[in-house]
Amino acid sequence: MNKNTNSLLSLENISVSFEGFLALNDLNLSLKKGELRAVIGPNGAGKTTFLDVITGKVKPTKGDVFFKGKSLIGRKEHKIARLGVGRKFQSPRVFENLTVKENLEISVSTPKSPLNLINKKIKNDQLDEIEHLMKVINLSKKINSKAGALSHGQKQWLEIAMLLGQKPDLMLVDEPVAGLTDEETDLTADLLKSLSGDNTVVVIDHDMEFIRRLDSNVSVLNQGTVLCEGTMDTIQNDKKVIDVYLGRPEE
Amino acid sequence: MEFKNLKLSKKTTFVIWVIIIAFIIAAPSILPVFRLNLLGRYLSLAIVALGVDLIWGFTGLLSLGQGIFFALGGYCAAMYLQITSSSEFPNNIPEFFGLYGVDNLPFFWEPFRSPIFSLFAIWVIPALVAGILGFLVFRNRIKGVYFSILTQAALLVFFNFFNGQQKLINGTNGLKTDVTQLFGQMVGSESIQRMFFWITALLVIAAWFFSKWVVKGRFGNILIGIRDDEPRVRFTGYNPVLFKTIIFSIAGGLAGISGALYTVQSGIVSPQFMTVPFSIEMVIWVAVGGRGTLLGAILGAVLINYAKSLVSEALPASWMFIQGGLFILVVTALPEGVLGWLQGEGPRNLLQKLGLKRKIETYPSLEIKNETEGLKNE
Repeated sequence: MNKNTNSLLSLENISVSFEGFLALNDLNLSLKKGELRAVIGPNGAGKTTFLDVITGKVKPTKGDVFFKGKSLIGRKEHKIARLGVGRKFQSPRVFENLTVKENLEISVSTPKSPLNLINKKIKNDQLDEIEHLMKVINLSKKINSKAGALSHGQKQWLEIAMLLGQKPDLMLVDEPVAGLTDEETDLTADLLKSLSGDNTVVVIDHDMEFIRRLDSNVSVLNQGTVLCEGTMDTIQNDKKVIDVYLGRPEE
Repeated sequence: MEFKNLKLSKKTTFVIWVIIIAFIIAAPSILPVFRLNLLGRYLSLAIVALGVDLIWGFTGLLSLGQGIFFALGGYCAAMYLQITSSSEFPNNIPEFFGLYGVDNLPFFWEPFRSPIFSLFAIWVIPALVAGILGFLVFRNRIKGVYFSILTQAALLVFFNFFNGQQKLINGTNGLKTDVTQLFGQMVGSESIQRMFFWITALLVIAAWFFSKWVVKGRFGNILIGIRDDEPRVRFTGYNPVLFKTIIFSIAGGLAGISGALYTVQSGIVSPQFMTVPFSIEMVIWVAVGGRGTLLGAILGAVLINYAKSLVSEALPASWMFIQGGLFILVVTALPEGVLGWLQGEGPRNLLQKLGLKRKIETYPSLEIKNETEGLKNE
């Protein structure tokens, strides 16, 4: 039963227990269409498990997840991805033995059935889409290089482009700026900001400067539950958040 | 295990093919009948090796049970030859049934009276068995070492089953084909064997083109994606179970064709085709030739087996040591196999070590240059 019909995604009373350890504990969270949301929290707060539940990798012990009004519980990962949930992983996970172009082909190709892939050539509009994505991530010159030969930052960007190529309605982005230079971090923040509006984006990160730059609502996770939600200023002045996560500057 | 994707250059592939085809065309006139027959058998093994390369080299599925599908293909071919050559035996059924007092043909032999059914059965039955087995295994997300162990266990189950079924398929004795008739001639005769040699050679080439077609393009890229990072493929919206089932089924079909050709050229099919070492050898051929190169699988299968028969004739009992040594050498020194080594930096590194070639100036030297420039500016 979906209480909040305005929301694109809603997690209702989600608990995940790994052999007695509660990774998520009665978590409630909902996202409006077109929203950009940052999720922060200390190590072990359940940030990655939260993404695992949405993408179908982990089945919650309790609770339900609704996406576009449909429950995601019990659906396989690839089915959830086809419904429009895209995920970027913590460390860049691109297919290193394939070229940049081949990586993007995998992401933009539809339908994703074996028969379609073995029989048919890639469609022209999909090729155009690849070209467009190459421009967005500024890798046009490296189109035929192996993805494994790219720098760390370029891999992060390629993975973001692969995510975009899937045309998801909901993008889950896990630590997109880990290991990036300051300049790359700024560019990534701008890119993610420009995506919200058309896309609904969830960004998980530790980098407070980066989160601040996103200028979005922030949810703070702690011990598997939402501690606080609000703008960056609200949460930075929240006593609970300071205690568990931000720390007191004077100390 | 680290996989690298090796794409042989068009030129190298072309040169190797010219050599292979020239050799195949010349073989019947330069090789004695006995050697030609051996070459034909080893060429047929190249087809099962291509399948192993598809599932292992490209998709990362290390199957130790390809002998199942190889033997199934062999049995299909042998059943056809036996049933169509049984008119002079009691009850018009193959001779061995008499030994066990069987008067009526088991029902599953009936369709093998038809040559068309048999020609299809040789590859369709192994492909179906592989597809069903694969689907059940992949659906449950069994992979890696567990997949390998499971395929080996399946191999043992099939081996024991076939070994024990005297009344159905002559059990451990297997089915002989060399004394059966085809086109009014003995299958073991020189002219029929020569025909099988040509058929085998053509089918090896066809199987290579087919495999090439399967792995080129997006389908092949998904296979490589599954090998390198299966969850990532899943989160991109693809169902790896389907892709793995299809490729495992294709490899099963290739194994069946290979087994049938091997059977008719060696004169017998028996549960010995499903022994554990034989299926492991198939993996060794591909590892030595070069995973993920396709051509390496063909060269590995033919050359290793040819070497095996030559060595075994000269120094019986030494082959196992040589084969083991070869495998250790490949795993430690040439992890990408011989073709992979040739195609990569291998030959240049070797020449350098021997002092025959000057080192090429590479990126690090550029960095040093920049550093000195930086010092000058200061």
